[in-house]
Amino acid sequence: MTQRLGRADAISWALVAVALLVLVFAPLIFTNFFVSVILTKALWLGIAAASLIFLASYAGMVSLGQVGMYAVAGMMFANLVAADGGLDAAWNPWIATVAALLLATLAGLLFGAVASRSEGIYFLMITLALGVIVYYFFAQVTQLSGFGGVNSPELPALVGNPGDDPVPLFYVTLAASVLVFLGIRYLVRTPFGLAMQGLRDEPDRMRALGFNVTLHRTLAFAAGAFIAGVAGVLSVWYNQRISPGSIALGQTIDILVIAVIGGLYRLEGAWVGAIFFALLDNYSREYTPNIGEVLGPERFNTLIGVIFLVIILVSPGGLVGLWEKARERIGPSSGGRRSRAGPAGEEELAPGGSAVS
Amino acid sequence: MEALPGTQNLPKLLGLAAALLIVGWLLVKGAGDVKQFTRVTLNGLTLSALFFVVASGFTLIFGLMRVVNMAHGSLYLLGGYLAFEIQKAWFTEESEGLNLSLASPTGSASEYGLFGWLVPLLLACLLIGVLGVVIQQLFLRWNQGEDLRQALITIAISVIMADQMLAQFGGIAKDVKPPSSWPESITLFGVQYGFFRLVVVTGAALAIGLFLWWLIKRTRFGLIVRAGVDDREMVSALGINIPIVFAAAFFIGAMLAGFGGVLGGTMLALEPGEDTSFLLSSLIVVIIGGMGSLGGAAIGALLLGLVDAYADVYLVFGDTDLTNYSILLTFALLIVVLAVRPLGLYGRPA
Repeated sequence: MTQRLGRADAISWALVAVALLVLVFAPLIFTNFFVSVILTKALWLGIAAASLIFLASYAGMVSLGQVGMYAVAGMMFANLVAADGGLDAAWNPWIATVAALLLATLAGLLFGAVASRSEGIYFLMITLALGVIVYYFFAQVTQLSGFGGVNSPELPALVGNPGDDPVPLFYVTLAASVLVFLGIRYLVRTPFGLAMQGLRDEPDRMRALGFNVTLHRTLAFAAGAFIAGVAGVLSVWYNQRISPGSIALGQTIDILVIAVIGGLYRLEGAWVGAIFFALLDNYSREYTPNIGEVLGPERFNTLIGVIFLVIILVSPGGLVGLWEKARERIGPSSGGRRSRAGPAGEEELAPGGSAVS
Repeated sequence: MEALPGTQNLPKLLGLAAALLIVGWLLVKGAGDVKQFTRVTLNGLTLSALFFVVASGFTLIFGLMRVVNMAHGSLYLLGGYLAFEIQKAWFTEESEGLNLSLASPTGSASEYGLFGWLVPLLLACLLIGVLGVVIQQLFLRWNQGEDLRQALITIAISVIMADQMLAQFGGIAKDVKPPSSWPESITLFGVQYGFFRLVVVTGAALAIGLFLWWLIKRTRFGLIVRAGVDDREMVSALGINIPIVFAAAFFIGAMLAGFGGVLGGTMLALEPGEDTSFLLSSLIVVIIGGMGSLGGAAIGALLLGLVDAYADVYLVFGDTDLTNYSILLTFALLIVVLAVRPLGLYGRPA
């Protein structure tokens, strides 16, 4: 960047730096409970949401199949290591992790090949169908999912036992989040990433230039599946179990809610949304008033559904979108449109609309 | 799409080969036990009929408005629950004898007349239709064209509805009772089969199919709908009140979901999760058949229902029982159709 950083940009980066600093020293600042239940959970949920945002913002593909990919990786890991239920293959946890990520990527290639010829809202529907099919697959095949889940899988020694000491897993998840964030920022600057953004904005023109549209979209989906796979494996490390119930449509919607709350076209929004979600998930149950049977501590899904609805209605850019609106008032940004914006402007949920019409 | 010479027809050939393989496999399996084959086929056909009723509403709404109504499954389930509640509140009459029998938990102690089923059905359909219009007017009317935002809005509505239904109706499976005067089963091709599934559900699906065909091809309303599918702005410019047409289409589409819910609630059961299940089947039906196409929905429902039914029974090879992998065949069906026709069998570029 040759331009001088604008004031608002400087504030943005300062915020990211402060957030990172707070996270690095989090185990000293917060209780173990908070580090585990809020921060660690938010970090891996953020990775899952980042895979969705990555596809939505850079490839123009809003996928609801990310939990399907995450499920493949998580289930595979849980089955390959020594665990209670499932195949119980007793592989080394690290080898199992690599194998699980590989398989998720392969599944991503297959699913991507199926879905990539469709665009916009069709793509959304097909990936949703694929994601739900993965859920039904694991729900039916009890050889893989145990009866009611695969429990207490063996974890890498590095992570230790998160139940006793959540700090190592927290740092592993933090490192994975930073790597995923930087990895995506790097990937979108490579020729492949640029082609992907070209396909998002002008598929016909790119086709005329000789780019294989379907292939690029398929590869992008596979990359998204890999990222989702990272979240899937981390979720198993965090929960120390995986069951069909944890990869059902509800989880797909949670990840979507996180992505939309954070802002569907801003990568950092994934973790902002995830923190918000984890806080809400944990603390709303204490403070939600009982209103008949309509609202109360038991009705978390109603609460999250209403918040989700309000955000889509009021600020399609999510929380980060609100921040960017505020930023425009603080001062001009540093010239040059950022590549991470959605194709048809900052505030619209547009790729579907433009692709189908 | 670029392709190597001679490979353009590859997907089609693969699809054909897969179809032949499946037919051959069914013939081999079916010849062994004809009665079972008939029963399984009837299972598939009646399931298809239910899928068609639900998916036809979904595809109608999408065809006209380009709205993917992700709350369609929730409307289905709520329709069933409403009929259940109305039937329980208004039509349950204790027959003589103590209603304490643990042996018949399905509640055979209660008798339901014809109206005890028809009135809940009609009321539930009406209420769901009205609810659909309310959703459309409140949340979808002003953002026409932003299809992703609309899909997300309906997802949010489905989350809220699912949670509220869980609060109101609990997690225990419920079912709507058919009129007691209807026979339990009838005999067809030497096989005893459930009367409600075979006659009522299939009949309703055929009637709805014919009605929608008549409505869309033969009436002024249908003319406007078809014109609206092709060019909304032009139809509007010609002086047609498009908002009213949209509301009417949403009413009918939602009503069909509710109708499906009552049929499904009588034929199968109502419980949390059925909303997802029927959203998925509607999605697959219209992805296979082509979004917005009624004929496509019929073919898609038929394929999905039959694949479901056959895979549940015939995925047994010697001693290896693969029936719990049956969902993979649904997946394969989706892959084969999308490989040959990316927009579905009858899909057209929008």
